[in-house]
Amino acid sequence: MSGHNDHNAQETTPAQVGGHGGHDDHGAHGTMTLTLIVWRQPNADAPGRMETYVAKGITEHHSFLEMLDVVNEDLIKTGKEPIVFDHDCREGICGMCSQVINGVPHGGQERTTVCQLHMRKFKNGDTIYIEPWRAKAFPIVKDLIVDREGLEKIMQAGGYTSVHTGGAPDANATPIPKPIAEYAMDAAECIGCGACVAACPNGSAMLFTSAKVAQFAALPQGQVEAAERVKAMVQALQDCGFGNCSNHYECQAACPKGINVQFIAHLNREYVKALFK
Amino acid sequence: MILDGKCPTGPIEKSWDKHRFDMKLVNPSNKRKYKILVVGTGLAGGAAAASLGELGYNVEAFCYQDSPRRAHSIAAQGGINAAKNYPNDGDSIQRLFYDTIKGGDFRAREADVWRLAQVSNNIIDQCVAQGVPFGRDYAGYLDNRSFGGAQVSRTFFSRGQTGQQLLLGAYSALSRQIKAGTVKMFSRTEMLDLVVVDGEAKGITVRDLITGEIRVHTGDAVLLCTGGYVNVFYLSTNAMGCSVTANWAAVKKGALMANPCYTQIHPTCIPQAGDYQSKLTLMSESLRNDGRCWVPKKAEDCGKVPGSIPEADRDYYLERKYPSFGNLAPRDIASRAAKEQCDDGRGVGPGGRGVYLDFADSIQRLGEHTIRERYGNLFEMYERITDENGYKTPMRIYPAPHYAMGGLWVDYNLMSNVPGLFVLGEANFSVHGANRLGASALMQGLADGYFVIPNTVAHYLAQTKPGVVKAEHAECKKSIQDVKDRANKFLNINGKKTVTEFMRELGTCMWENVGMARTEKSLTTAIEKIPGIREEFWKNVKVTGTGAELNQQLENAGRTADFLEFAEMLSRDALHRNESCGGHFRVEYQYDDGEAKRNDADFCYVGAWEYKGVGKEPELHKEPLKFENIHLAVRSYK
Ligand SMILES: Cc1cc2nc3c(=O)[nH]c(=O)nc-3n(C[C@H](O)[C@H](O)[C@H](O)COP(=O)(O)OP(=O)(O)OC[C@H]3O[C@@H](n4cnc5c(N)ncnc54)[C@H](O)[C@@H]3O)c2cc1C
Ligand code: SF4
Ligand code: FES
Repeated sequence: MSGHNDHNAQETTPAQVGGHGGHDDHGAHGTMTLTLIVWRQPNADAPGRMETYVAKGITEHHSFLEMLDVVNEDLIKTGKEPIVFDHDCREGICGMCSQVINGVPHGGQERTTVCQLHMRKFKNGDTIYIEPWRAKAFPIVKDLIVDREGLEKIMQAGGYTSVHTGGAPDANATPIPKPIAEYAMDAAECIGCGACVAACPNGSAMLFTSAKVAQFAALPQGQVEAAERVKAMVQALQDCGFGNCSNHYECQAACPKGINVQFIAHLNREYVKALFK
Repeated sequence: MILDGKCPTGPIEKSWDKHRFDMKLVNPSNKRKYKILVVGTGLAGGAAAASLGELGYNVEAFCYQDSPRRAHSIAAQGGINAAKNYPNDGDSIQRLFYDTIKGGDFRAREADVWRLAQVSNNIIDQCVAQGVPFGRDYAGYLDNRSFGGAQVSRTFFSRGQTGQQLLLGAYSALSRQIKAGTVKMFSRTEMLDLVVVDGEAKGITVRDLITGEIRVHTGDAVLLCTGGYVNVFYLSTNAMGCSVTANWAAVKKGALMANPCYTQIHPTCIPQAGDYQSKLTLMSESLRNDGRCWVPKKAEDCGKVPGSIPEADRDYYLERKYPSFGNLAPRDIASRAAKEQCDDGRGVGPGGRGVYLDFADSIQRLGEHTIRERYGNLFEMYERITDENGYKTPMRIYPAPHYAMGGLWVDYNLMSNVPGLFVLGEANFSVHGANRLGASALMQGLADGYFVIPNTVAHYLAQTKPGVVKAEHAECKKSIQDVKDRANKFLNINGKKTVTEFMRELGTCMWENVGMARTEKSLTTAIEKIPGIREEFWKNVKVTGTGAELNQQLENAGRTADFLEFAEMLSRDALHRNESCGGHFRVEYQYDDGEAKRNDADFCYVGAWEYKGVGKEPELHKEPLKFENIHLAVRSYK
């Protein structure tokens, strides 16, 4: 921990923060002061380290990212480099935000992305550890930003049906029973954030891959190419340096969209089928 | 200059088919000789890049996110329209055409809207073939719902994530082309300038957001598919990175900006809670099917617990003012009415900027279970953000900027007035007129990308020699230098205020003066104030770090600088348009009952602005609009 050369950190030590008030005395109108211990790394090649910052004047209505915005505004004004992190929609759907908070990808609130996590889940005086996704296949770009190109490569390997624009038959030509459509939709809800990879002890992208494989394998449109697809996507997964799945189920626990590990079982079935084709 | 939309003549039913036949084609073996630059990979750009790659063109595609799958199209919840008439309730291309023209308050081109309605059906076929899991009924056929402004059920949906599923469809088609090598994808790359050589668009200058490298990509045509600009109001329902930057770069190189004052305000958003707030969250409009809007009659009741305010002291203002539509009044009307209550000092919640959306009656009538089934995910979303339980206490809502109907001017071929520069999706101005009906933006993005541009870009390329301009060209070098100079300028100001502070200041000024209801006075105020904010920005902004690295402050500084110029043009457009229509409401022009008063005699045209330099008054060009198939009529929702 080497935050002591930081200006903000010197203003208030964590001990003082705790002394500001008990854990329960911030009502609707009170504000919180928090100690943040954040991974800082200028670029992919430079060494990284944890730095300490203080977040002041935070209300329970701040989202987690808005709390970081407040800290960053202070840093900029004092001429320091703000903490960089990925984000865009800030409503839990684009899959861009990616932070490990107190050891848990997306911060551990069930089915919630970092951008939808609110500060009411924290208490005045808390110390919060903030780190980037960690996985061999996700190199760090800067601070909390990682490179998720591996997920793109998996998609490019076979995450599509080979339809050409304009030649498609009428949409109702092939009825799809509601339960199958619902199953496909359950799988399709994956936002490609990569939390499953970050949560997995092996850094496996199996949950992500399985969701796409299962979606297409369930639908008549996708079945035609099912065998090639599953083989190509699993191959890409290995080529990109993602680990193997050894059934820890940490992925499902971390997934903000509740993607179910049943899809991994489905992928495995498809894979075995494909090998015998 | 009178602008020519180059719309086909003759019967409207045949217009697109005839036009398609009349256009020139590019020989299949020649296609790969042409390079097309596609900026933006949302629904419009993703679909365009995939389709053009498939046809055999050499495509380079760009987006500022780390993956094309994260474009803001991902956030659309409600659905996408098409004239399939699957429910057999009388829908047709003609009816979708009619509803869209009328809903847009007669400020869109007939031919463009007809084409949109015509190809809407192909979109659904295409998406289903891609494996988009649309909602289905038990027999396995596609399910439809109805949506604002239409009396037929023509909206296709994938739960509350339609935009996500459509974008993933386009993204998978794009991924296939990337793999095939026809499309080269450049993520985390932001377009900062347009290269125009001898009057034609021949390249773009970009910044690699990771390394900071500034470089030019040359091509034979440039497609801007860069989305909307409503972040000019600072707080909006758009993603944080949405900007006017690419469009503004084109404007500075001669492209015309059409109807910028048509901005849509969405009535059912979660109100702002504090100054730190970074965005506003939209909740589906369907909530107004069962929720009743009200505010306390007496200002002194506003701070009270809503349940303690007796019926007699509540003002159900929409039901009072619009008895036949009530809580289901269209977006612009419901939004304005909410603001009026708040301006009158009767708003609720933080800062008095909110009205109640109350489900108590419908819960009593239908049971909590039914309401939970219908809107459960929205109640959950509301609770996550506000920590309030909408089943127990009324939700609070407030209107928020949501969508840009204005954008770069394009002709029927989606080509701007700069030859070779095409504009697709929300970035252009074409089909929505002054007001966009629900579920039609997704339709437009995909229509433009899958079905229009593959035809129209060919017509242009067939008359163009490929590969004329190379990166060594003087214009390319100049563009690189300009972009570098600007970045250095930001980095060297070393002032006292952050970029966000300036953006917030601009946004507040825009929302207060150019927001939902505009007056000559408020608009003049904005036009006077904006240059001051802009000047201070260039003297007093603080951007840390360097240009040769990932630098989010630098990115934001550029976007803010562009908004600071664009905002003035938007305000001027609103000031010149002495009428009220759709999303543009001028307080001076209304009927006694508060309805918007359109002025067809004087303003039935597209207002397209030519940039004349920073702080200089832009020049207005007009494209007259003709309504030959649908008669101009007053929009009434009484
Ligand atoms: C919350 C919300 C809900 C909505 N719900 C609906 C709905 O239910 N139905 C409906 O029809 N419409 C809806 N809309 C509107 C609709 O989603 C959008 O209008 C539409 O998706 C825009 O698509 P697009 O492809 O034009 O732009 P976008 O999807 O915004 O894509 C823009 C692309 O441009 C890129 N880009 C931008 N600037 C640059 C630059 N300078 N350099 C490089 N790349 C750049 C981005 O990276 C991105 O790839 C909704 C909108 C919002 C905000
Ligand atoms: S499976 Fe879940 S955790 Fe993994 S990428 Fe998809 S949404 Fe994120
Ligand atoms: S910022 Fe889009 S999911 Fe969090």
